[in-house]
Amino acid sequence: MNVFKIIIFIMMVMMSIKSHAIDVYEFDNVQQEELYQQLTKELRCLVCQNQNLADSDAGLAKDLKDQVAAFVKAGQDAETIKTYMIDRYGDFVNYDPPMNASTLFLWFSPLLVFLIGGIILFINIRKRQHG
Amino acid sequence: MKKVFIALVPLSVFIGLIVLLYVNLNNHSEVLPSPLIGKKIPQFEHPTLYSNQVLNQDDFIGQPWMLNVFGSWCPSCQFEHPLVTALANSGKIKVVGLNWKDEPEDAIKWLKRWGNPYHEILVDYQGDTAINLGVYGAPETFLIDAQGTIVYKIAGVLTEKNIQQELMPLIEQMNQGATNP
Repeated sequence: MNVFKIIIFIMMVMMSIKSHAIDVYEFDNVQQEELYQQLTKELRCLVCQNQNLADSDAGLAKDLKDQVAAFVKAGQDAETIKTYMIDRYGDFVNYDPPMNASTLFLWFSPLLVFLIGGIILFINIRKRQHG
Repeated sequence: MKKVFIALVPLSVFIGLIVLLYVNLNNHSEVLPSPLIGKKIPQFEHPTLYSNQVLNQDDFIGQPWMLNVFGSWCPSCQFEHPLVTALANSGKIKVVGLNWKDEPEDAIKWLKRWGNPYHEILVDYQGDTAINLGVYGAPETFLIDAQGTIVYKIAGVLTEKNIQQELMPLIEQMNQGATNP
C-alpha cells in the first residue's frame, strides 16, 4: 500500500513538471511574438507528424522554428511564411489545410455525416407521426 | 426482419472499420508527396567534404544525377549505404551526397568505415538546403535531370525494390534523353 502511495506521489510530481520547450527568440515587438506563436502552432512538425512545431523538440523542428523566427523578425507576413513551408513540404505541413480536390472529402465529410443524421432523423419523425 | 437489420448495423460498422484499418496498414501515409517534383532544384552553395571546392546547383547541369541526403548520425543511412554504393559503382548515374547537419570529422570517419561512393559530397552543416528540398528525415534521395529539374524523390531508405521499380526506369529514361536529345 505504501509503495502504491509513493508511486502515485511520484506520478503526480512528474505530471506537474511541464516539459514545455522554452523559446529563446527575441522579437522586436509583441505582434511579432504573437505571429511566431500562431505560426508554430499551425505548422506541423514533419518528424513527429502529430505534433505542431511549437510542441516539438525534434532537430528539424528547431531548424524550422529558427527559420520562422527569422522570417517574422524580417517582417514577413503569415501568408508568405506559410507559403514558404508549403512550397517545400506540401499542404501536409499546414494544420489548416486549403480546399482542393484532395482535401474536399476532409472538408465536407462532417457535413455529409450531418446530412445522413438529418435524413435518418427526418425519416424517424415522419414514421412516428404516421404511426 | 427490421430488427435483424438494425442489429447488424454495429457489426457492419465494425467490419467496415477493420477493413479500412487493414487497407491503411500497408499505406504509409507518413511518406509525404513532395511538392518539389517537376520543379528546379533550389539554389544552393556548399563546400565539399574532400575536394575543397564550393559548388552550386549550376555545377551539376548537363548530366542527370542523384542526390543522397545522409548523415553519420543516421542509422538508416548506414543500412542503405551498400545500395547507394552499388548504384554509384554501376556508373548509371552520378551520385552526389548531401551531408546533412553533420560534423565533418564524423562524416569523414563514417565514410572511412563504410566507404565513400559519392562523386562529390556537399556539406549542408546548417541544414538550409535540406529545408529548401523539403527534407524531413535522412536518408532521402532525389533524382535530378540534366537540366536541374527534380524528377523523383524517395523519402526513407533505398531498397532493392524501390531502386529497381522506381529509380531505374527513370534513370534509363534520363540517360536516353541525354544521349539523343
